[in-house]
Amino acid sequence: MATKSGTQTSRKGGPEQGPLFQSSTSARHTLDRMFAVLVFIATMIGLVVLVVLLVDIALDGLPRLSWDFITSYSSVIPDNTGIYPALLGSLWLLALTGIISVPLGIGAATYLEEYAPDNWLTRLIEINISNLAGVPSIIYGLLGLGIFVNLLGPITGGQTIVAGALTLSLLILPVIIIATREAFRTIPGAVREGGYALGATRWEVIKAHLLPMAVPGALTGTILALSRAIGETAPLIVVGAATYITFAPESPLSSYSALPIQIYSWVSQPQPGFQIAAAAGIVVLMVVLLLANSVAIWLRNKYQRRV
Amino acid sequence: MLGMKIEDLSAFYGSFKAVTGVSMNIQANKVTALIGPSGCGKSTFLRCLNRMHEVIPGAYAEGGVHLGDQDIYAKDADPVTIRRRIGMVFQKPNPFSKSIYENVAWGARINGYKGDMDELVERSLRRAALWEEVKDKLKKSGFDLSGGQQQRLVIARTLAVEPEVILMDEPASALDPVSTQKIEDTMADLKKRYTVVIVTHNMQQAARISDYTGFFYIEHMGDPGRLWEFDETDKVFSAPGRKETEDYVTGRFG
Repeated sequence: MATKSGTQTSRKGGPEQGPLFQSSTSARHTLDRMFAVLVFIATMIGLVVLVVLLVDIALDGLPRLSWDFITSYSSVIPDNTGIYPALLGSLWLLALTGIISVPLGIGAATYLEEYAPDNWLTRLIEINISNLAGVPSIIYGLLGLGIFVNLLGPITGGQTIVAGALTLSLLILPVIIIATREAFRTIPGAVREGGYALGATRWEVIKAHLLPMAVPGALTGTILALSRAIGETAPLIVVGAATYITFAPESPLSSYSALPIQIYSWVSQPQPGFQIAAAAGIVVLMVVLLLANSVAIWLRNKYQRRV
Repeated sequence: MLGMKIEDLSAFYGSFKAVTGVSMNIQANKVTALIGPSGCGKSTFLRCLNRMHEVIPGAYAEGGVHLGDQDIYAKDADPVTIRRRIGMVFQKPNPFSKSIYENVAWGARINGYKGDMDELVERSLRRAALWEEVKDKLKKSGFDLSGGQQQRLVIARTLAVEPEVILMDEPASALDPVSTQKIEDTMADLKKRYTVVIVTHNMQQAARISDYTGFFYIEHMGDPGRLWEFDETDKVFSAPGRKETEDYVTGRFG
């Protein structure tokens, strides 16, 4: 047996045994085409499920959607109920979360990437930030409940928009930090050296060259992170977003509801009218998401053009 | 303009010693070329002359470097100030992602230039022999220029902060012959106003443009690079004092 395989090896390697490259080109091309079909199917499965989902929601929700629905408060009567307070709550959350998390995230990334020395402490921080990005959102909700609602209650006013926004900011900070750091890393070292060689300080180089170059990448991460935040339900339930609210939030210290909370609340009602309202609510949520994304993409392209 | 005096300079990357015991005088208003085989520490040495070496994490230098009578490695010497006085042009053109005008103006502005900025930009671009090609498109991005133009833009940017010494790290190695010619022409003009130190792999270039030439060499694999021979360019190329120098300049190795 051993002798036989040995002979085979030497026969394969021997130049006297005819051509050494003996593969069927047509079989390889067939395999290539098969693989293309396979990955096409993989793409389609995801896409089709998504489209079916969207069409289903739109069929249920669009007929219910009206200006009235958008400007009405919650009601116990399914046909009268509206999304106004939840929509405003979500917009407040979106804006506040962005205002809190973007400067913090970009700041932290700038420090870690451009200032921090490379030692065990910063490496520990890096590993932990990556891990934090994977922590379930409900955990952040509990953290927010402990810190922003209870401990800092006298400042945040307890179960208020600002407490919710702070919680969501914690949730998305790791994602923003990671995305911004990646953006910094793609900037060639030559840009920094060019700045230093002119007698610039680190901050001058960061401000004039690195940040403008990093912004498009950072914004991409921020878009994804904010989209995640606006769709989050679990942490908001924990930090006390209301499901039934009859007034619109007026300041960061107001009580609030949010779109996913309202949708969740409607879905759990027995009346079919509320199911329809929930579908309409989902359409509203998706429109808000798409609008927020478009604004962010527009911002990104604007910065990219300048570069 | 000031010359530079280097005494027993050694450069390290962490525990690795890349250059050892270099002493040389760089004459004011002359072009000094540094030649030698790859990896013998020319670029590292050059980066020590304006404290750019230490920008790399873990890198540091020992020994003395004087600009005029100022010790640039003194405890109270500020690398930011020193780098304005000793400018640097890198191997690959690295314009900023800004307009041509801003590329030149930025360095002057952060260094507190209070004069007429338009005039400074024009003068710097003229000295870098780029003005005629870009005067109608100053608002265009620096990246819109060709590689050779970008390198001259970087030279203009360096001139705009009014340095005393200009260090050039193989400034033409990534460029085509025509662009190289333009950079070399610029250099002859530059030494009237500045002290120039240039690292080059191109021996003809060193012979053409420099007044003094330093030959760097590593005798045994793994040793740090040393300054093997340093003299007037004519001497180094026509009557080198050491065998290795002669072998190198006659193209027998490297």
